[in-house]
Amino acid sequence: MAGQLAAVIGTGQTDHTAKRLDVSMAGLCREAIDRALADANVDWPDIDAVVLGKAPDMFEGVMMPELFLADALGAVGKPLLRVHTAGSVGGSTGNVAASLVQSGVHRRVLAVAFEKQSESNAMWALSIPTPFTMPVHAGAGGYFAPHVRSYIRRSNAPEHIGAMVAAKDRRNGALNPHAHLKQPDITVESVRASKMLWDPIRYDETCPSSDGACAIVIADEKSAGANPAWITATALRTEPTTFAGRDQVNPRAGRDAAAALWRQAGIDDPLNQVDAAEIYVPFSWFEPMWLENLGFTAIGEGWKLTEAGETEIGGLLPVNPSGGVLSSNPIGASGLIRFAEAAMQVMGRAGAHQVSDARVALGHAYGGGSQYFAMWIVSANKPS
Amino acid sequence: MRDVAVVGFAQAPAVRETHGTTNGVEMLVPVFHEVLGNLGLAKSDIEFWCSGSSDYIAGRAFSFIAAVDAIGAFPPINESHVEADAAWACYEAWVKIQTGEVDLALVYGFGKSSAGKLRRVMTMQLDPYTVGPLWPDSVSVAGLQARAGLDQGKWTEQQMADVAVRSRADAKSNPRAQLKGDYSAEDLLAEPYLADPLRKHDCAPITDGAAAVVLAASDRARELSERPAWITGIAHRVDSANLGGRDLTTSPSTVGAARDAGFDKVDVAELHAPFTHQELLLRQELGLNGTRINPSGGVLCGNPMFSAGLIRIGEAARQISSGQADRALAHATSGPALQHNLVCLMEGRD
Repeated sequence: MAGQLAAVIGTGQTDHTAKRLDVSMAGLCREAIDRALADANVDWPDIDAVVLGKAPDMFEGVMMPELFLADALGAVGKPLLRVHTAGSVGGSTGNVAASLVQSGVHRRVLAVAFEKQSESNAMWALSIPTPFTMPVHAGAGGYFAPHVRSYIRRSNAPEHIGAMVAAKDRRNGALNPHAHLKQPDITVESVRASKMLWDPIRYDETCPSSDGACAIVIADEKSAGANPAWITATALRTEPTTFAGRDQVNPRAGRDAAAALWRQAGIDDPLNQVDAAEIYVPFSWFEPMWLENLGFTAIGEGWKLTEAGETEIGGLLPVNPSGGVLSSNPIGASGLIRFAEAAMQVMGRAGAHQVSDARVALGHAYGGGSQYFAMWIVSANKPS
Repeated sequence: MRDVAVVGFAQAPAVRETHGTTNGVEMLVPVFHEVLGNLGLAKSDIEFWCSGSSDYIAGRAFSFIAAVDAIGAFPPINESHVEADAAWACYEAWVKIQTGEVDLALVYGFGKSSAGKLRRVMTMQLDPYTVGPLWPDSVSVAGLQARAGLDQGKWTEQQMADVAVRSRADAKSNPRAQLKGDYSAEDLLAEPYLADPLRKHDCAPITDGAAAVVLAASDRARELSERPAWITGIAHRVDSANLGGRDLTTSPSTVGAARDAGFDKVDVAELHAPFTHQELLLRQELGLNGTRINPSGGVLCGNPMFSAGLIRIGEAARQISSGQADRALAHATSGPALQHNLVCLMEGRD
């Protein structure tokens, strides 16, 4: 825990869906913000600064959209900071907003993250040839499929693990009013019968393309009120995309970030000391991969936790009770949604997908070629 | 608040076009080498990295990811990035040091403007629903602002030309400057308009470039620098995006940021004014009477997008570290017609 105490006092999300044609980017953000301010029981004059995160500007076709959104974000006359760290950006946005309070610079900060994928074409925006880099031209799934195949080979995991994750997350999504995909009747068999997209990743094991926004209010100790989600640790780590010896299945940046996170939060047995985890899983197999990278299990053992049903709501470590990225993926917002959902769990505000007695929760995001990591721990217990 | 100072600064030469890639690596490697070498530091000593750049300048998504190659492979770094001028990355790094989590941070920015048509690229910053489709480019938007000030009697074309003449003369002593030399206002005013009322000399050149600044906390700063430039205040604010909804001849965000930073008076100011009239506007708004302005020549003599604001902080700090000034102001701007402004105040302590 660095600096002064900071806590999440309110969160808000849009109802994520494929195309929000009824609102502009400003309207989309404002919907999440209005809900977060109401949840936090604060109003515009209470907000000292605004932090905005989103993934590449080319996804909407606007350069630095926070500038034209300044009025809608309630930022005029205030500091407005724009964060961009690839797919992890929503998480980084939460961490930067937390640092504005932990540093003692501000008392209450509004963090907002959004993506309106329907404004543009993310696949195109990600497929611009770049120097010295072998073009994949296969989207994120094509990029990550070999990593998944490598994980299966290394860990000897049975092929149905990915389908188990997908079925669990989609069922969880059906409990979450904000989720884009709600599939209460999905089964492991139906996932395994869905079309193969990028072997071994099937259609039902991939995240959707969503329009959506998320907002949270972070406050200092004096303004935190009763029962907030105390931020007990934050971590950011980055490594380059390509270099000899890089382990893309179990990247060192993720391991280093997790180690720093557990140390800061005073956690030495994550599996038993964390009650719920919102982990960035855009393709089903990343659940066991990140369980290992985060240190919840030993290397090669992550899939066993999934197979035993321990990552279900009610299990030893519920992972993505909200339905996760597999149920909603407004890219730039997805990390902040993980962070917000972790806070909702420890504040007891997660509704039908509430994990009972959740006191400590993890929010996790990654981006780029599994190279950007942002994480935080929130707790119902006020740090002493 | 912890004492934090600028202890190191380096910039790539400001040039019209480099032959490197748009990810900045070729410009950044020598800059890191210089700034760390001067301080006797290794990359592994840096506890937090923060950068500023733009995907639209690079013409591709995630351009800042490739820039990390300039830092190297292992160990992974504690890092963040702003999609804004690196002056805002400097702000984020200063905040990070204030949390007590780290003591030493390196901030960098880069941009290869020559890769595209800068005037048109900057149009993509405007409201995409109501303004962007009209395609007002960045020079035209600045022209509206210049005209509004001329009509109100806030500045004259003669004063604007005088700013260009002074800037280019000062840049003669700046080895990194792109434009420099002795000119007469009379000759400049005889040139045709580029975007009425702006002439070529009123507009910053198109520049490829990069820069880095090292920030250090208290004792670490004293170890690394004989005369650290202590940051006494750093703050930023944004104004409305609605060009018709604000008085373009004023800058409430600059005034507010200066107040938040604790602005009183300074010996020297480095202002991020890509158009001559914007320097006049900022001087009026900040009440900078008798203050030495832009001894580096300012961005009118070299305007590397997304590091030009950070360079103002570096240049102002250099004035203090070299003993030429005791108190300095650095200003950075972002967005059309000075929409978003940052003020960083620094002082030397003997």
